[in-house]
Amino acid sequence: MPTKDEVFQKIQTALVDALGVDEEDVKPEATLVGDLGAESIDFLDIVFRLEKAFDIKIPRGELFPEDILTDSKYVQDGKVTEQGLSELRQRMPFANLDDFSKNPVVQDFGNLLTVADMCRFVEGKVEVTD
Amino acid sequence: MRWYWIDRFLEFESGRRAKAIKNVSLAEEHLHDNFPYYPIMPASLVIEGLAQTGGLLICEHGQFREKVVLAKVPKVTFYSEAVPGDTLIYTTTVEYIKDEGAMVTATSHKGDVLHAEAEIVFAHLNDPRLGSLFEPETFLRMMRLLGAFEVGHAADGGPLRPPARLLEAVNGTGA
Repeated sequence: MPTKDEVFQKIQTALVDALGVDEEDVKPEATLVGDLGAESIDFLDIVFRLEKAFDIKIPRGELFPEDILTDSKYVQDGKVTEQGLSELRQRMPFANLDDFSKNPVVQDFGNLLTVADMCRFVEGKVEVTD
Repeated sequence: MRWYWIDRFLEFESGRRAKAIKNVSLAEEHLHDNFPYYPIMPASLVIEGLAQTGGLLICEHGQFREKVVLAKVPKVTFYSEAVPGDTLIYTTTVEYIKDEGAMVTATSHKGDVLHAEAEIVFAHLNDPRLGSLFEPETFLRMMRLLGAFEVGHAADGGPLRPPARLLEAVNGTGA
């Protein structure tokens, strides 16, 4: 069972390998898209490396809920609706959506996810000792 | 100029691994510009050859249904130059194939010596507006020219054959 530190280190390695950034850049508060320069093609790569590093399965949309963000039920005029926000909160307990909720522009969602969010996501899927 | 950066398949294990040969020759036009009297095969074209080896492997796994494009090269390292007279052996191994894309690890060898290694990520473009990137005939011709069906094995270990849908598209729906 990994410790929280070990989880962070493995995620750090996965992001360094996938995004070509330096280890020092991968801080807990760094955002994947804004700070680390992740693009859509990178998300597939990142998900695969996480699955391999932690021996877990990450079904499509579990980490990056693109199905909600492209559903007209949940998005109107480029903004996520209340229903959509509630879906997002349910699907992403590892992320903090408070700031995003104040002005939920879909385009901005990409910049929400931080390295710390990813750590919490993985901790939710494996048993962690501290 | 025909955009073939591999000459022939040595191995083609459907969905798993492929090995191809690239002979570097003074008869290649671009080598006389790169560089005059100092011909070196450009690293980008080695990567392209590795991508073709791996890309056809990915395509064949999906029966040439998906539009497979080279999307990202997360890592690549070259240990020496490739020059005229060299025979490069490219080996690509599938790491994963998913709906949205695929990744291979690839190596280039000169004999037993490692020349280069890379990770190559492909994307599957699923926008129906794009239609097909290649005619089925082009795939069939490419695979035949490269000897894929002479050395290849299907997933069950039997001989690799052209997918039925490609043959139908080329020959018209038969009986």
